[in-house]
Amino acid sequence: MSEIKYAKSKGLTDTPLTYCPGCAHGIIHKLVAESLVELGLLDKAIAIASVGCSVFSYQFFNCDAQQAPHGRACAEATGIKRVLPDNIVFTYQGDGDLASIGIAETIHAANRGENITVIFVNNAIYGMTGGQMAPTSLIGQKTTTSQDGRDFAHHGNPIHISEMFATIEGVAYLERVSVYDPKHVIQAKKAIKKAFQYQEEKRGFTMIEVISTCPVNWGMKPTDAMDWVKDKMLPVFPLGLFKDKGDQNA
Amino acid sequence: MAKVLMKGNEAIALAAIKGGVDAFYGYPITPQNEVPEYLSKHLIDAGKVFLQAESEVSAINMVYGAAGAGKRVMTSSSSPGIALKQEGISYIAAAELPCLIVSVMRGGPGLGGIQPSQADYYQATRGGGNGDYNLIVYAPESIQETIDTVKGAFDTADYYRNPVLVLVDGLIGQMMESVDFDRPTKKRDLKPKDWATTGTRNHPGRRNVANSLHLDPALLEQHNIHLQKKYKEIAENETQYEMINMENPDYVIVAYGTMARIARTAIEMLQEKGIKVGMIRPITIWPYPEKAFDAIPATTKGILCCELSMGQMLDDVLIANNGRHKVGFFGRAGGMVPDPEEIVDAIVNFTQRVVK
Ligand SMILES: Cc1ncc(C[n+]2csc(CCOP(=O)(O)OP(=O)(O)O)c2C)c(N)n1
Ligand code: SF4
Ligand SMILES: [Mg+2]
Repeated sequence: MSEIKYAKSKGLTDTPLTYCPGCAHGIIHKLVAESLVELGLLDKAIAIASVGCSVFSYQFFNCDAQQAPHGRACAEATGIKRVLPDNIVFTYQGDGDLASIGIAETIHAANRGENITVIFVNNAIYGMTGGQMAPTSLIGQKTTTSQDGRDFAHHGNPIHISEMFATIEGVAYLERVSVYDPKHVIQAKKAIKKAFQYQEEKRGFTMIEVISTCPVNWGMKPTDAMDWVKDKMLPVFPLGLFKDKGDQNA
Repeated sequence: MAKVLMKGNEAIALAAIKGGVDAFYGYPITPQNEVPEYLSKHLIDAGKVFLQAESEVSAINMVYGAAGAGKRVMTSSSSPGIALKQEGISYIAAAELPCLIVSVMRGGPGLGGIQPSQADYYQATRGGGNGDYNLIVYAPESIQETIDTVKGAFDTADYYRNPVLVLVDGLIGQMMESVDFDRPTKKRDLKPKDWATTGTRNHPGRRNVANSLHLDPALLEQHNIHLQKKYKEIAENETQYEMINMENPDYVIVAYGTMARIARTAIEMLQEKGIKVGMIRPITIWPYPEKAFDAIPATTKGILCCELSMGQMLDDVLIANNGRHKVGFFGRAGGMVPDPEEIVDAIVNFTQRVVK
């Protein structure tokens, strides 16, 4: 008798992922999908795909979905959640989408305590458009629009979304995680699951910032990209729990 | 309900409630503020959704979300605010979602002013959003007509799965008239929204997706052809206009909204002078009532397009006229509203008004 030890999550469709080989977007999709399945929430979930490499996530998550204009995912999620308060509504957004063009929508959704979950995939670059500088690009990081490296005097510092959002009252749960090794993948999954659990319990705005990779536009092998996360990104974006209002509200 | 005296913007809000609105998302801007103000109280009291967004950009995307979820949703704004909504409007039209957008025009361009204007005709009928899309655009001339339009707008939007825009100027928004909210609207055969993103547990075996992305050019072209087919059907079935005094007129005025009302008085004054003037009053400005122009007799000396702008509907008048008659233009801008005498003068001195 053979036994299946590992299978694709039922939370994902059979549509082949469009991500580059070795890109961490795929891992994060799997964690989101598994979390929704394990919590029994998949059939009432509505995913909001943003504009970025994850734009096709409306084809990947095995639930209803809407595709939002660049940066507007949290507004669209708000529009849905307010009329369907008992559904699970989540956005899946890159750093360009969330931290640059969509920062107003995201801050105000958080401030209203919208009972939605944001999966914020920070890879310090604009992946989809070919590697331009992102608001989260590191000082010194070379991108196609910062060819001599990001410079504070010219571009400002990488923006710290989790640190900023931790100050917002409407945020119920906020954690920064990564997926650069199995231990951290497991931690990331726990956090994502908890965020959805909180949404189900109607506790308010939840966001998981996932420090991710873009091996192609970083110009690295996938394994080197994972090392770059650990060595270069985490000192700037330290992992950890930024906010957990759950227990106080319980 | 007997007739009541009501301000235009509040009447829009109440008509939307009568039309079954489930949710309103908007951002304050003069001269439409009474719409959200009224709804903020009455929608929430009725257990429905009202939310003041952080911007017009956000508001229209909230509309997108709720429309995709199958609810009757609306927003209202004025000129610079509608400008900000254009991106979202293009997405909503592309994803074929029904919603109601109310635009209470003020003077432009830029921050412009807050007095009544019709300078957003292009914005409404040509759109600032990208791509080949159309909204169904109504331009009523009175509060009563606005109420009737808004009440029926959700049915129309649902029927075609297309956004409806109700375009009025600040005068209609701000004035008061005696109105009736119980007039019947057109009955439509509406199908259940089995496409709505309500979670697969409500439609097992099928994922519902609201989307406007088609990266394959062949598929995107197909989508465009499909949209055009729908727009053609809308043009055939939904074009509305009024013909006034059209038996052998010396001149024909073309005007909509507030300008049409002023023109009505001017036409009576011209009658007293022995000049017979008719009027084509478009009620939908997209689709545009081009066919109405076929009723203008060859003996008519000219068509005068009158607008509270520097000449925007004029383009459609020229297209509809198709070179048959001389076309003149009379317009005021920036919030200046003309007296009927100015239109009388423009007809009397028509030759000085001719543009083509
Ligand atoms: C209004 C608008 N501006 C710009 C773009 C082009 N664009 C597409 S994806 C993208 C950046 C995405 O970067 P990010 O959100 O970090 O996602 P990633 O691809 O890195 O996952 C941009 C600027 C667009 N589609 N729409
Ligand atoms: S471009 Fe970068 S972020 Fe996008 S799929 Fe490829 S590796 Fe991933
Ligand atoms: Mg990115």
